[in-house]
Amino acid sequence: MIGRARFAFTMLGFGYAFLYLPLVLVMFYSFNESRLVTVWGGFSTKWWSTLFANEAMLSAAWLSLRIAAVSATLAAIIGLAAGYALARARAFPGRSLFGSLVIAPMVMPEVVMGISMLLLFVGAERLFGGPDRGFLTITLAHVTFSISFVAIVVQARLADFDRSLEEAAMDLGATPWVTFLTVTLPLIAPAVGSGWLLAFTLSLDDLILTQFVAGAQSQTLPMRVYSSVRLGVDPQINVLATVVVMVAACALILSGWLTRRKA
Amino acid sequence: MSEPIIRIEGLTKRFGAVSAVDKVDLEVARGELFALLGGSGCGKTTLLRLLAGFETPDSGRLLIDGHDMTGVPPHLRPINMMFQSYSLFPHMTVAENVGYGLRREGVAKTETATRVAQALEQVKLSDFATRRPAQLSGGQRQRVALARALVKRPKLLLLDEPLAALDRKLREGTRFELVRLQAELGLTFVMVTHDQEEAMSMASRMAVMEAGRVVQVGSPHEVYERPTSRFVADFIGIANILAAPDGRWLALRPEKIVLSAAPPDTAHTAAGRIVDIAYEGGRSLYRVALDDGHVMTAATANVARIPDISFRRGESVWLGWAEDAGHLLDE
Repeated sequence: MIGRARFAFTMLGFGYAFLYLPLVLVMFYSFNESRLVTVWGGFSTKWWSTLFANEAMLSAAWLSLRIAAVSATLAAIIGLAAGYALARARAFPGRSLFGSLVIAPMVMPEVVMGISMLLLFVGAERLFGGPDRGFLTITLAHVTFSISFVAIVVQARLADFDRSLEEAAMDLGATPWVTFLTVTLPLIAPAVGSGWLLAFTLSLDDLILTQFVAGAQSQTLPMRVYSSVRLGVDPQINVLATVVVMVAACALILSGWLTRRKA
Repeated sequence: MSEPIIRIEGLTKRFGAVSAVDKVDLEVARGELFALLGGSGCGKTTLLRLLAGFETPDSGRLLIDGHDMTGVPPHLRPINMMFQSYSLFPHMTVAENVGYGLRREGVAKTETATRVAQALEQVKLSDFATRRPAQLSGGQRQRVALARALVKRPKLLLLDEPLAALDRKLREGTRFELVRLQAELGLTFVMVTHDQEEAMSMASRMAVMEAGRVVQVGSPHEVYERPTSRFVADFIGIANILAAPDGRWLALRPEKIVLSAAPPDTAHTAAGRIVDIAYEGGRSLYRVALDDGHVMTAATANVARIPDISFRRGESVWLGWAEDAGHLLDE
């Protein structure tokens, strides 16, 4: 028995080491004194101060955060509608097709989505003279793939939702819309919130799709990191990676907590 | 007689090929405690949901208080319902739950507060106003659900299996409580139940349903003593179904049969042997195999704590019943 438990823990240890050792290394080296990323030169927080004085990096981060917040909010609203419709609409012709269409962006190669988005925006520019590629186009692109995640979380929550609660509300005189606002929405809010956080983190670190639809003037954080890595890196990048990991981890923990919390 | 509060005319609801409610005609008078009784899948719940407006009928009409309600959505009907699982809103306090319907009506805040307080007092839950449903016991939740429906002062209260979720002891107390409340408020109650004892003890009138149809309507006494069909006779209580000489059937209740060791002095007699005894405290049931092979059930009231005579399994006995003890069935 003990041998078996030890074996299981060893396997678990390997699994987690594989997943998280690189992240731990990055965090560790963010406190490196040395100019070289991979050579330990003693403890220091100087690269943390360097990063937080780096205008280009900070503005890229600010842009990424704004895009993530706006796209996650839009995705939460549209995804809520889509998830509600999928969970609630009675059987109609093409229902399963619609179900698959909502999930499709999750499995679609981002390169394909990127090209199609680029074609769309170029076409729109030719026809209407806009939108300029930048904040707006990146946000719209992120919304398209984030909707799926919100829709799926909402649909799953509604699948085990006690519909007699809604009937009780209507029985007490609430119109369908008031029922949705006073009973359904408050009860599925944790699911919507967790969908929002998922969309937020997905948007924050998206690189491929963003590169297709970003303009010359707009560089998101992942784009800035990617280009700076190609020019040669300094330990600032470790600091940045640490910060991003922290933000993403907080978002995921919050999202998990919201999902688990019933009502 | 004044206009009935509910008039149902040829109401039909189909789910696919199945008629859950099949051309039902029914009237419920003001102030009645009316029970819809039947086994699972008989359509009683669907009929209740048609009344509340959660289902739309395929054909037929539904009038409440003289107004045609057939196509009216639930939130515009002067009806409230107590749900089987109570369906209290988990994100609201008890007081918020009870006040929900009043807020939808646009009742002023101060009036809402008074009426909520009154309703909670009525169900003896005044001390629980700020609790959440999750912090209440099953019986308390049931009373919140009742208060939430009654605070709206509906013309008609629908109750879906009102006692099913309670344990037995609480169920009996609540049964009387509901009847008392109904009489005090002078409201019309329509309740759905699968429990014949519950229907018999509470209802002023009841409808027995089978396969989407109403097979008999009447007072509990009528339905028990004068069932119209073998189904009703068999569904309500225990019935011995005997072949009558004219080819019809006779329903004979166990307690109308006397059990004795010697041939009894009654219009009808039969000899047999006891095959089974069920002691139920207040009464005992004896299953007796007659010489012709039929098995009949007879009941004795256990009036004395230690009876003079007691029968044992396998013993030979006589059954006897009076000329008018049985009821001839229509079919």
